[in-house]
Amino acid sequence: MKVRSRLTEAEKIIDIGLQFPILKQNINGNPLVYFDNGATTQKPLRVIEAISDYYKTSNSNIHRGVHTLSRRATEEFEQARKTIANYFQIKNDQQLIFTAGTTDSINMVAEGLAKNYLQEGDEIILSTYEHHSNILPWQIWAQENKGKLKVIPLLKDQTLDYGAIEGLISSKTKLIAITQVSNTLGLITDLAKIKALAKKHHLPILVDAAQSAPHMAIDVDKLEVDFFVCSAHKMYGPTGVGILYLSPKWLNELPLARTGGGTIKTVTFEKTDYVEGALRFEPGTPNIAGALGFAEAICFIKEFGMEEIAKHEHELVQYAQKLLKEIPEVIMYGENDNKAAVISFNVRGQHPFDVGTLLDKYGIAVRTGHHCTQPLMQCLNIQGTVRISFAVYNTLAEIDFFSEKLKKVIRMLG
Amino acid sequence: MSIEEVENEIIEEFEFFGEDWEAKYEHLIDLGKNLPLIDAALKTEERIIQGCQSRVWLNAEQKEGRIVFTADSDAIITKGMVALMVRVLSNQTPEDIIKANMSFVDKIGLKEHLSPTRANGLVSMINQMKKEALAKLAKS
Repeated sequence: MKVRSRLTEAEKIIDIGLQFPILKQNINGNPLVYFDNGATTQKPLRVIEAISDYYKTSNSNIHRGVHTLSRRATEEFEQARKTIANYFQIKNDQQLIFTAGTTDSINMVAEGLAKNYLQEGDEIILSTYEHHSNILPWQIWAQENKGKLKVIPLLKDQTLDYGAIEGLISSKTKLIAITQVSNTLGLITDLAKIKALAKKHHLPILVDAAQSAPHMAIDVDKLEVDFFVCSAHKMYGPTGVGILYLSPKWLNELPLARTGGGTIKTVTFEKTDYVEGALRFEPGTPNIAGALGFAEAICFIKEFGMEEIAKHEHELVQYAQKLLKEIPEVIMYGENDNKAAVISFNVRGQHPFDVGTLLDKYGIAVRTGHHCTQPLMQCLNIQGTVRISFAVYNTLAEIDFFSEKLKKVIRMLG
Repeated sequence: MSIEEVENEIIEEFEFFGEDWEAKYEHLIDLGKNLPLIDAALKTEERIIQGCQSRVWLNAEQKEGRIVFTADSDAIITKGMVALMVRVLSNQTPEDIIKANMSFVDKIGLKEHLSPTRANGLVSMINQMKKEALAKLAKS
Protein backbone atom coordinates (compact mmCIF):
# COMPACT_ATOMS: atom_id res chain seq x y z
CA MET A 1 0.00 0.00 0.00
CA LYS A 2 3.01 2.29 0.09
CA VAL A 3 3.41 5.16 -2.30
CA ARG A 4 6.90 4.45 -3.56
CA SER A 5 8.34 6.08 -6.58
CA ARG A 6 8.47 2.67 -8.25
CA LEU A 7 4.67 2.62 -8.29
CA THR A 8 3.33 4.04 -11.50
CA GLU A 9 1.01 7.01 -11.38
CA ALA A 10 -1.92 4.74 -12.30
CA GLU A 11 -1.14 2.25 -9.54
CA LYS A 12 -1.04 5.03 -6.99
CA ILE A 13 -4.47 6.23 -8.03
CA ILE A 14 -6.05 2.76 -7.84
CA ASP A 15 -4.54 2.10 -4.44
CA ILE A 16 -5.52 5.50 -3.05
CA GLY A 17 -9.03 5.22 -4.48
CA LEU A 18 -9.62 2.15 -2.35
CA GLN A 19 -8.41 3.84 0.77
CA PHE A 20 -10.28 7.13 0.33
CA PRO A 21 -13.83 6.25 -0.68
CA ILE A 22 -14.92 9.90 -0.84
CA LEU A 23 -12.50 10.61 -3.67
CA LYS A 24 -14.21 8.14 -5.96
CA GLN A 25 -17.11 10.31 -6.97
CA ASN A 26 -18.11 12.69 -9.70
CA ILE A 27 -18.80 16.34 -9.02
CA ASN A 28 -20.81 18.14 -11.70
CA GLY A 29 -20.14 15.23 -14.03
CA ASN A 30 -16.38 15.22 -13.59
CA PRO A 31 -14.18 13.06 -11.33
CA LEU A 32 -13.57 14.94 -8.10
CA VAL A 33 -10.16 16.61 -7.91
CA TYR A 34 -9.72 17.58 -4.30
CA PHE A 35 -7.20 20.41 -3.95
CA ASP A 36 -8.49 21.87 -0.67
CA ASN A 37 -6.33 19.84 1.68
CA GLY A 38 -5.08 22.91 3.52
CA ALA A 39 -8.63 23.33 4.81
CA THR A 40 -9.05 19.66 5.66
CA THR A 41 -7.80 16.39 4.20
CA GLN A 42 -9.98 13.43 3.34
CA LYS A 43 -9.97 10.43 5.67
CA PRO A 44 -8.74 6.96 4.80
CA LEU A 45 -11.13 4.07 5.39
CA ARG A 46 -9.07 2.82 8.33
CA VAL A 47 -9.60 6.10 10.19
CA ILE A 48 -13.34 6.01 9.50
CA GLU A 49 -13.43 2.40 10.69
CA ALA A 50 -11.37 3.06 13.82
CA ILE A 51 -13.98 5.63 14.84
CA SER A 52 -16.98 3.42 14.09
CA ASP A 53 -15.27 0.37 15.69
CA TYR A 54 -14.80 2.33 18.87
CA TYR A 55 -18.53 3.06 19.06
CA LYS A 56 -19.35 -0.51 18.11
CA THR A 57 -17.08 -2.25 20.60
CA SER A 58 -15.50 -0.02 23.24
CA ASN A 59 -17.62 3.08 23.83
CA SER A 60 -17.58 3.98 27.49
CA ASN A 61 -16.44 6.87 29.61
CA ILE A 62 -12.76 6.87 30.38
CA HIS A 63 -10.63 7.25 33.51
CA ARG A 64 -13.60 6.57 35.75
CA GLY A 65 -15.34 3.21 35.51
CA VAL A 66 -14.27 -0.09 37.04
CA HIS A 67 -16.07 -2.07 34.38
CA THR A 68 -14.40 -3.79 31.45
CA LEU A 69 -15.60 -1.45 28.73
CA SER A 70 -14.43 1.60 30.61
CA ARG A 71 -11.03 0.03 31.16
CA ARG A 72 -10.82 -0.91 27.50
CA ALA A 73 -11.79 2.61 26.33
CA THR A 74 -9.29 4.15 28.76
CA GLU A 75 -6.52 1.91 27.51
CA GLU A 76 -7.29 2.70 23.88
CA PHE A 77 -7.42 6.45 24.60
CA GLU A 78 -4.10 6.40 26.47
CA GLN A 79 -2.60 4.21 23.75
CA ALA A 80 -3.68 6.86 21.22
CA ARG A 81 -1.81 9.47 23.27
CA LYS A 82 1.29 7.26 23.21
CA THR A 83 1.04 6.62 19.46
CA ILE A 84 0.77 10.33 18.67
CA ALA A 85 3.47 11.32 21.19
CA ASN A 86 5.75 8.68 19.76
CA TYR A 87 5.19 9.94 16.20
CA PHE A 88 6.13 13.48 17.22
CA GLN A 89 9.11 12.15 19.20
CA ILE A 90 7.70 13.38 22.50
CA LYS A 91 9.25 11.05 25.09
CA ASN A 92 6.92 11.93 27.96
CA ASP A 93 3.42 11.40 26.59
CA GLN A 94 1.98 13.40 29.50
CA GLN A 95 3.23 16.51 27.72
CA LEU A 96 0.68 15.83 24.98
CA ILE A 97 -2.80 17.13 25.76
CA PHE A 98 -5.83 16.34 23.66
CA THR A 99 -7.79 19.44 22.63
CA ALA A 100 -10.52 20.22 20.11
CA GLY A 101 -7.89 21.33 17.59
CA THR A 102 -5.30 24.00 16.90
CA THR A 103 -7.65 26.91 17.59
CA ASP A 104 -8.68 25.40 20.90
CA SER A 105 -5.05 24.73 21.86
CA ILE A 106 -3.98 28.32 21.19
CA ASN A 107 -6.93 29.66 23.15
CA MET A 108 -6.02 27.42 26.09
CA VAL A 109 -2.46 28.74 26.10
CA ALA A 110 -3.58 32.36 25.73
CA GLU A 111 -6.16 32.09 28.51
CA GLY A 112 -3.69 30.26 30.74
CA LEU A 113 -0.83 32.71 30.19
CA ALA A 114 -3.19 35.65 30.77
CA LYS A 115 -3.81 34.44 34.31
CA ASN A 116 -0.38 35.05 35.79
CA TYR A 117 2.33 35.22 33.16
CA LEU A 118 1.31 38.07 30.86
CA GLN A 119 1.21 41.45 32.61
CA GLU A 120 -0.43 44.71 31.67
CA GLY A 121 1.44 46.45 28.84
CA ASP A 122 3.35 43.32 27.75
CA GLU A 123 4.11 42.56 24.13
CA ILE A 124 3.74 39.46 21.97
CA ILE A 125 5.51 38.86 18.67
CA LEU A 126 3.59 37.28 15.79
CA SER A 127 4.31 37.07 12.07
CA THR A 128 2.49 38.51 9.07
CA TYR A 129 1.65 34.91 8.07
CA GLU A 130 -0.55 34.19 11.07
CA HIS A 131 -3.95 32.59 10.70
CA HIS A 132 -6.69 34.49 12.56
CA SER A 133 -6.62 31.66 15.12
CA ASN A 134 -3.12 32.71 16.15
CA ILE A 135 -4.02 36.41 16.21
CA LEU A 136 -7.42 36.77 17.85
CA PRO A 137 -6.70 35.04 21.21
CA TRP A 138 -3.67 37.32 21.67
CA GLN A 139 -5.50 40.39 20.39
CA ILE A 140 -8.29 39.89 22.93
CA TRP A 141 -5.73 39.61 25.70
CA ALA A 142 -3.94 42.74 24.38
CA GLN A 143 -7.14 44.77 24.20
CA GLU A 144 -8.05 43.89 27.76
CA ASN A 145 -4.58 44.48 29.17
CA LYS A 146 -3.12 47.41 27.23
CA GLY A 147 -0.87 44.86 25.55
CA LYS A 148 0.67 45.09 22.13
CA LEU A 149 1.09 42.69 19.23
CA LYS A 150 4.27 43.22 17.23
CA VAL A 151 4.41 41.71 13.80
CA ILE A 152 7.36 40.25 11.87
CA PRO A 153 7.13 41.86 8.40
CA LEU A 154 7.57 40.23 4.99
CA LEU A 155 10.42 40.65 2.56
CA LYS A 156 9.78 41.22 -1.14
CA ASP A 157 9.81 37.49 -1.89
CA GLN A 158 7.15 37.06 0.82
CA THR A 159 9.48 35.22 3.18
CA LEU A 160 9.69 36.57 6.73
CA ASP A 161 12.12 39.38 7.49
CA TYR A 162 14.09 37.63 10.24
CA GLY A 163 16.48 40.56 10.43
CA ALA A 164 13.65 42.74 11.72
CA ILE A 165 12.79 40.57 14.72
CA GLU A 166 15.55 41.82 16.99
CA GLY A 167 14.15 45.33 16.61
CA LEU A 168 10.68 44.17 17.67
CA ILE A 169 11.90 42.67 20.93
CA SER A 170 11.81 44.89 24.01
CA SER A 171 11.91 44.39 27.76
CA LYS A 172 8.12 44.04 27.56
CA THR A 173 8.20 41.13 25.09
CA LYS A 174 6.84 37.96 26.68
CA LEU A 175 6.17 35.47 23.88
CA ILE A 176 6.75 34.63 20.24
CA ALA A 177 3.71 32.89 18.70
CA ILE A 178 4.41 31.83 15.14
CA THR A 179 3.21 29.48 12.46
CA GLN A 180 5.60 26.90 11.06
CA VAL A 181 4.00 27.02 7.60
CA SER A 182 1.88 29.82 6.12
CA ASN A 183 -1.55 28.35 5.40
CA THR A 184 -1.99 30.81 2.54
CA LEU A 185 1.45 30.75 0.89
CA GLY A 186 2.90 27.41 1.99
CA LEU A 187 6.17 29.15 2.89
CA ILE A 188 8.10 27.59 5.76
CA THR A 189 9.20 29.58 8.81
CA ASP A 190 12.86 29.23 9.74
CA LEU A 191 12.30 28.13 13.33
CA ALA A 192 16.03 27.83 13.98
CA LYS A 193 16.40 31.59 13.53
CA ILE A 194 13.37 32.28 15.73
CA LYS A 195 14.67 29.93 18.40
CA ALA A 196 18.11 31.53 18.48
CA LEU A 197 16.53 34.93 19.13
CA ALA A 198 14.11 33.52 21.68
CA LYS A 199 16.94 31.85 23.53
CA LYS A 200 19.01 35.03 23.58
CA HIS A 201 16.10 37.00 25.05
CA HIS A 202 14.67 34.16 27.19
CA LEU A 203 11.33 34.19 25.39
CA PRO A 204 8.96 31.26 25.20
CA ILE A 205 7.77 30.16 21.74
CA LEU A 206 4.44 28.84 20.58
CA VAL A 207 4.56 26.97 17.26
CA ASP A 208 1.36 26.68 15.23
CA ALA A 209 1.94 23.44 13.32
CA ALA A 210 -1.56 23.13 11.83
CA GLN A 211 -0.12 23.46 8.31
CA SER A 212 3.33 21.94 8.84
CA ALA A 213 2.50 18.67 10.62
CA PRO A 214 0.59 17.34 7.56
CA HIS A 215 3.59 17.88 5.29
CA MET A 216 6.80 17.23 7.22
CA ALA A 217 8.26 15.03 9.93
CA ILE A 218 8.66 16.98 13.17
CA ASP A 219 10.70 15.95 16.19
CA VAL A 220 8.99 18.02 18.87
CA ASP A 221 11.38 17.21 21.73
CA LYS A 222 14.31 18.29 19.57
CA LEU A 223 12.44 21.41 18.46
CA GLU A 224 12.68 22.57 22.08
CA VAL A 225 9.80 24.99 22.00
CA ASP A 226 7.36 25.77 24.79
CA PHE A 227 4.06 25.14 23.05
CA PHE A 228 3.38 23.12 19.92
CA VAL A 229 -0.15 22.78 18.52
CA CYS A 230 -1.79 21.04 15.56
CA SER A 231 -5.07 19.52 14.33
CA ALA A 232 -5.90 15.94 13.36
CA HIS A 233 -8.24 16.83 10.51
CA LYS A 234 -5.56 18.40 8.37
CA MET A 235 -3.52 15.18 8.54
CA TYR A 236 -6.04 12.49 7.55
CA GLY A 237 -7.69 12.37 10.99
CA PRO A 238 -11.14 13.41 12.18
CA THR A 239 -12.37 16.95 12.86
CA GLY A 240 -12.74 18.28 16.40
CA VAL A 241 -9.52 16.89 17.84
CA GLY A 242 -5.97 18.18 18.07
CA ILE A 243 -3.05 18.42 20.40
CA LEU A 244 -1.33 20.87 22.69
CA TYR A 245 2.25 19.97 23.57
CA LEU A 246 3.62 21.63 26.69
CA SER A 247 7.30 21.76 27.56
CA PRO A 248 8.13 20.24 30.98
CA LYS A 249 8.23 23.75 32.49
CA TRP A 250 4.77 24.72 31.23
CA LEU A 251 3.28 21.33 32.02
CA ASN A 252 3.82 22.35 35.64
CA GLU A 253 3.31 26.08 35.35
CA LEU A 254 0.61 26.83 32.76
CA PRO A 255 -2.47 27.99 34.69
CA LEU A 256 -5.63 26.07 33.84
CA ALA A 257 -7.89 27.85 31.39
CA ARG A 258 -10.73 25.49 32.24
CA THR A 259 -11.43 22.86 34.83
CA GLY A 260 -13.93 20.16 35.60
CA GLY A 261 -14.46 16.45 36.03
CA GLY A 262 -11.54 14.06 35.62
CA THR A 263 -8.82 16.56 36.49
CA ILE A 264 -8.70 16.21 40.26
CA LYS A 265 -7.44 14.17 43.21
CA THR A 266 -9.72 15.66 45.87
CA VAL A 267 -12.34 18.39 45.82
CA THR A 268 -14.00 20.26 48.67
CA PHE A 269 -16.08 23.38 48.24
CA GLU A 270 -13.08 25.36 49.44
CA LYS A 271 -10.21 23.81 47.55
CA THR A 272 -9.12 21.28 44.92
CA ASP A 273 -6.03 19.13 44.47
CA TYR A 274 -5.44 18.46 40.80
CA VAL A 275 -3.86 15.41 39.24
CA GLU A 276 -0.53 15.85 37.52
CA GLY A 277 0.18 15.50 33.82
CA ALA A 278 -2.04 15.73 30.80
CA LEU A 279 -5.32 14.87 32.49
CA ARG A 280 -5.19 18.11 34.48
CA PHE A 281 -5.78 19.94 31.17
CA GLU A 282 -8.53 17.63 29.89
CA PRO A 283 -11.65 18.34 31.95
CA GLY A 284 -14.90 16.66 31.03
CA THR A 285 -15.34 13.74 28.68
CA PRO A 286 -12.89 14.22 25.82
CA ASN A 287 -13.36 13.41 22.14
CA ILE A 288 -12.40 9.76 22.69
CA ALA A 289 -13.35 8.53 19.22
CA GLY A 290 -11.52 11.55 17.78
CA ALA A 291 -8.33 10.70 19.66
CA LEU A 292 -8.52 7.10 18.41
CA GLY A 293 -9.16 8.31 14.86
CA PHE A 294 -6.19 10.69 15.14
CA ALA A 295 -3.92 7.83 16.29
CA GLU A 296 -5.12 5.73 13.35
CA ALA A 297 -4.35 8.61 10.98
CA ILE A 298 -0.85 8.71 12.45
CA CYS A 299 -0.50 4.97 11.75
CA PHE A 300 -1.59 5.65 8.17
CA ILE A 301 1.07 8.36 7.82
CA LYS A 302 3.71 6.11 9.38
CA GLU A 303 2.96 3.30 6.95
CA PHE A 304 3.58 5.58 4.00
CA GLY A 305 6.44 7.31 5.76
CA MET A 306 6.26 11.10 6.11
CA GLU A 307 9.45 11.35 4.05
CA GLU A 308 7.69 9.64 1.16
CA ILE A 309 4.60 11.82 1.51
CA ALA A 310 6.76 14.95 1.57
CA LYS A 311 8.68 13.78 -1.49
CA HIS A 312 5.48 13.08 -3.40
CA GLU A 313 3.95 16.44 -2.42
CA HIS A 314 7.16 18.25 -3.33
CA GLU A 315 6.94 16.78 -6.82
CA LEU A 316 3.32 17.95 -7.08
CA VAL A 317 4.17 21.48 -5.93
CA GLN A 318 7.11 21.80 -8.33
CA TYR A 319 4.97 20.61 -11.21
CA ALA A 320 1.99 22.82 -10.37
CA GLN A 321 4.22 25.89 -9.97
CA LYS A 322 5.81 25.11 -13.34
CA LEU A 323 2.44 24.81 -15.11
CA LEU A 324 1.03 27.92 -13.43
CA LYS A 325 4.09 29.91 -14.48
CA GLU A 326 3.35 29.03 -18.09
CA ILE A 327 -0.04 30.77 -17.91
CA PRO A 328 0.59 34.50 -18.52
CA GLU A 329 -2.56 35.68 -16.67
CA VAL A 330 -1.56 33.92 -13.44
CA ILE A 331 0.07 35.80 -10.57
CA MET A 332 1.59 33.42 -8.02
CA TYR A 333 2.30 34.40 -4.41
CA GLY A 334 5.11 32.99 -2.33
CA GLU A 335 6.57 31.01 -5.18
CA ASN A 336 9.46 29.01 -3.78
CA ASP A 337 11.32 25.76 -4.36
CA ASN A 338 11.25 24.89 -0.71
CA LYS A 339 7.66 25.03 0.48
CA ALA A 340 4.83 22.94 1.86
CA ALA A 341 2.15 21.64 -0.52
CA VAL A 342 0.25 24.93 -0.70
CA ILE A 343 0.11 27.37 -3.65
CA SER A 344 -1.77 30.68 -3.78
CA PHE A 345 -2.42 32.54 -6.99
CA ASN A 346 -4.74 34.96 -8.74
CA VAL A 347 -5.83 35.44 -12.31
CA ARG A 348 -5.02 38.97 -13.39
CA GLY A 349 -8.13 41.15 -13.30
CA GLN A 350 -10.39 38.38 -12.01
CA HIS A 351 -11.94 37.80 -8.60
CA PRO A 352 -10.76 34.55 -6.93
CA PHE A 353 -14.40 33.76 -6.17
CA ASP A 354 -15.20 33.58 -9.90
CA VAL A 355 -12.19 31.37 -10.63
CA GLY A 356 -13.12 29.00 -7.77
CA THR A 357 -16.78 28.88 -8.77
CA LEU A 358 -15.97 27.87 -12.34
CA LEU A 359 -13.28 25.34 -11.34
CA ASP A 360 -15.88 23.70 -9.12
CA LYS A 361 -18.07 23.22 -12.17
CA TYR A 362 -15.27 21.00 -13.51
CA GLY A 363 -15.17 19.04 -10.24
CA ILE A 364 -12.03 20.77 -8.95
CA ALA A 365 -12.24 21.77 -5.29
CA VAL A 366 -10.06 24.78 -4.45
CA ARG A 367 -10.20 27.33 -1.69
CA THR A 368 -10.77 30.99 -2.49
CA GLY A 369 -10.80 34.10 -0.36
CA HIS A 370 -8.60 35.41 2.43
CA HIS A 371 -7.95 32.00 4.04
CA CYS A 372 -8.43 33.48 7.53
CA THR A 373 -5.31 35.60 6.97
CA GLN A 374 -6.73 39.06 6.34
CA PRO A 375 -3.66 40.88 7.69
CA LEU A 376 -1.49 38.96 5.19
CA MET A 377 -3.94 39.90 2.41
CA GLN A 378 -3.69 43.56 3.47
CA CYS A 379 0.10 43.28 3.38
CA LEU A 380 -0.01 41.85 -0.17
CA ASN A 381 -2.66 44.44 -1.04
CA ILE A 382 -5.15 41.90 -2.38
CA GLN A 383 -8.70 40.84 -1.45
CA GLY A 384 -7.94 37.15 -1.63
CA THR A 385 -6.37 34.36 -3.63
CA VAL A 386 -7.17 30.99 -5.13
CA ARG A 387 -5.40 28.34 -3.08
CA ILE A 388 -4.59 24.81 -4.14
CA SER A 389 -3.12 22.47 -1.54
CA PHE A 390 -2.10 18.85 -1.96
CA ALA A 391 -2.11 15.62 0.00
CA VAL A 392 -0.74 12.13 -0.48
CA TYR A 393 -3.56 11.07 -2.81
CA ASN A 394 -3.19 13.87 -5.37
CA THR A 395 -1.51 13.12 -8.69
CA LEU A 396 0.38 14.81 -11.49
CA ALA A 397 -2.49 13.88 -13.82
CA GLU A 398 -4.88 15.88 -11.62
CA ILE A 399 -2.59 18.89 -11.90
CA ASP A 400 -2.61 18.53 -15.70
CA PHE A 401 -6.42 18.45 -15.65
CA PHE A 402 -6.52 21.45 -13.32
CA SER A 403 -4.15 23.48 -15.48
CA GLU A 404 -6.13 22.70 -18.62
CA LYS A 405 -9.42 23.71 -16.97
CA LEU A 406 -7.90 26.81 -15.41
CA LYS A 407 -6.96 28.01 -18.90
CA LYS A 408 -10.53 27.36 -19.99
CA VAL A 409 -11.86 29.32 -17.01
CA ILE A 410 -9.56 32.23 -17.83
CA ARG A 411 -10.96 32.28 -21.37
CA MET A 412 -14.53 32.19 -20.05
CA LEU A 413 -13.93 35.10 -17.71
CA GLY A 414 -11.86 36.84 -20.42
CA MET B 1 -43.98 43.93 -16.29
CA SER B 2 -44.94 42.06 -13.16
CA ILE B 3 -42.34 40.12 -11.17
CA GLU B 4 -43.77 36.90 -12.52
CA GLU B 5 -43.54 38.09 -16.11
CA VAL B 6 -39.90 39.07 -15.68
CA GLU B 7 -39.16 35.74 -14.02
CA ASN B 8 -40.74 33.85 -16.91
CA GLU B 9 -38.77 35.90 -19.37
CA ILE B 10 -35.52 34.96 -17.61
CA ILE B 11 -36.51 31.29 -17.42
CA GLU B 12 -37.18 31.28 -21.14
CA GLU B 13 -33.89 33.00 -21.82
CA PHE B 14 -31.97 30.34 -19.85
CA GLU B 15 -33.90 27.41 -21.30
CA PHE B 16 -32.02 28.09 -24.50
CA PHE B 17 -28.79 26.77 -22.89
CA GLY B 18 -30.29 23.44 -21.81
CA GLU B 19 -27.67 21.34 -20.01
CA ASP B 20 -24.75 23.35 -21.38
CA TRP B 21 -23.50 24.93 -18.16
CA GLU B 22 -20.54 26.57 -19.86
CA ALA B 23 -22.81 28.53 -22.19
CA LYS B 24 -25.07 29.38 -19.26
CA TYR B 25 -22.18 30.75 -17.22
CA GLU B 26 -20.82 32.63 -20.20
CA HIS B 27 -24.23 34.30 -20.45
CA LEU B 28 -24.22 35.05 -16.73
CA ILE B 29 -20.74 36.57 -17.06
CA ASP B 30 -21.97 38.67 -19.98
CA LEU B 31 -24.91 39.91 -17.92
CA GLY B 32 -22.43 40.93 -15.25
CA LYS B 33 -20.18 42.68 -17.75
CA ASN B 34 -22.73 44.51 -19.82
CA LEU B 35 -24.91 46.14 -17.25
CA PRO B 36 -23.88 49.38 -15.64
CA LEU B 37 -25.59 48.55 -12.40
CA ILE B 38 -24.88 51.36 -10.01
CA ASP B 39 -23.58 54.89 -10.04
CA ALA B 40 -19.91 54.81 -9.00
CA ALA B 41 -20.59 57.53 -6.41
CA LEU B 42 -23.05 55.19 -4.70
CA LYS B 43 -20.45 52.47 -4.12
CA THR B 44 -19.87 53.60 -0.56
CA GLU B 45 -19.07 51.72 2.62
CA GLU B 46 -22.67 52.02 3.89
CA ARG B 47 -24.00 50.36 0.78
CA ILE B 48 -21.71 47.31 0.98
CA ILE B 49 -23.27 43.96 1.76
CA GLN B 50 -20.24 42.03 2.92
CA GLY B 51 -20.16 38.45 1.73
CA CYS B 52 -17.37 36.30 3.02
CA GLN B 53 -15.63 36.57 -0.36
CA SER B 54 -17.31 38.77 -2.92
CA ARG B 55 -18.92 42.08 -2.01
CA VAL B 56 -22.22 43.50 -3.18
CA TRP B 57 -23.30 47.16 -3.23
CA LEU B 58 -27.01 47.91 -3.15
CA ASN B 59 -28.84 51.20 -3.53
CA ALA B 60 -32.61 51.70 -3.28
CA GLU B 61 -34.58 54.72 -4.50
CA GLN B 62 -38.29 55.38 -4.65
CA LYS B 63 -40.12 56.38 -7.80
CA GLU B 64 -43.89 56.80 -7.92
CA GLY B 65 -44.68 54.15 -5.33
CA ARG B 66 -42.13 51.72 -6.71
CA ILE B 67 -38.61 50.88 -5.57
CA VAL B 68 -35.74 51.18 -8.00
CA PHE B 69 -32.70 49.12 -7.12
CA THR B 70 -29.21 49.52 -8.46
CA ALA B 71 -26.43 47.23 -7.39
CA ASP B 72 -22.96 45.94 -8.16
CA SER B 73 -20.44 43.29 -7.13
CA ASP B 74 -16.68 42.92 -7.36
CA ALA B 75 -16.98 39.31 -8.61
CA ILE B 76 -18.34 38.92 -12.12
CA ILE B 77 -20.46 35.80 -11.53
CA THR B 78 -21.98 37.39 -8.45
CA LYS B 79 -22.56 40.52 -10.52
CA GLY B 80 -24.38 38.43 -13.12
CA MET B 81 -26.61 37.07 -10.38
CA VAL B 82 -27.10 40.56 -8.98
CA ALA B 83 -28.17 41.70 -12.45
CA LEU B 84 -30.88 39.03 -12.46
CA MET B 85 -32.14 39.98 -8.99
CA VAL B 86 -32.28 43.65 -9.91
CA ARG B 87 -34.07 42.86 -13.16
CA VAL B 88 -36.76 40.95 -11.23
CA LEU B 89 -37.22 43.17 -8.16
CA SER B 90 -36.46 46.67 -9.38
CA ASN B 91 -39.26 49.02 -10.37
CA GLN B 92 -41.85 46.92 -8.52
CA THR B 93 -44.20 47.83 -5.68
CA PRO B 94 -43.11 47.14 -2.10
CA GLU B 95 -46.00 44.65 -1.70
CA ASP B 96 -44.84 42.59 -4.65
CA ILE B 97 -41.18 42.74 -3.63
CA ILE B 98 -41.98 41.35 -0.20
CA LYS B 99 -44.03 38.52 -1.71
CA ALA B 100 -41.42 37.52 -4.31
CA ASN B 101 -39.95 34.07 -3.63
CA MET B 102 -37.28 34.16 -6.33
CA SER B 103 -38.05 30.58 -7.34
CA PHE B 104 -36.85 31.35 -10.87
CA VAL B 105 -33.28 30.96 -9.59
CA ASP B 106 -33.94 27.27 -8.99
CA LYS B 107 -35.64 26.91 -12.36
CA ILE B 108 -32.66 28.28 -14.26
CA GLY B 109 -30.32 25.95 -12.33
CA LEU B 110 -28.43 28.59 -10.39
CA LYS B 111 -29.81 27.88 -6.93
CA GLU B 112 -26.36 26.98 -5.61
CA HIS B 113 -25.57 30.70 -5.61
CA LEU B 114 -28.24 31.30 -2.99
CA SER B 115 -26.81 28.74 -0.58
CA PRO B 116 -26.45 30.02 2.97
CA THR B 117 -22.64 29.89 3.03
CA ARG B 118 -22.67 33.69 2.88
CA ALA B 119 -19.73 33.47 0.50
CA ASN B 120 -21.16 35.82 -2.09
CA GLY B 121 -23.55 38.05 -0.12
CA LEU B 122 -26.50 37.36 -2.46
CA VAL B 123 -28.85 36.04 0.21
CA SER B 124 -28.10 39.08 2.33
CA MET B 125 -28.78 41.27 -0.69
CA ILE B 126 -32.24 39.81 -1.24
CA ASN B 127 -32.98 40.23 2.47
CA GLN B 128 -31.85 43.83 2.22
CA MET B 129 -34.08 44.43 -0.82
CA LYS B 130 -37.06 43.10 1.12
CA LYS B 131 -36.16 45.23 4.12
CA GLU B 132 -36.16 48.31 1.91
CA ALA B 133 -39.63 47.34 0.69
CA LEU B 134 -40.86 46.79 4.26
CA ALA B 135 -39.47 50.14 5.35
CA LYS B 136 -41.25 51.83 2.49
CA LEU B 137 -44.54 50.14 3.41
CA ALA B 138 -44.17 51.13 7.05
CA LYS B 139 -43.77 54.77 6.02
CA SER B 140 -46.76 54.88 3.69
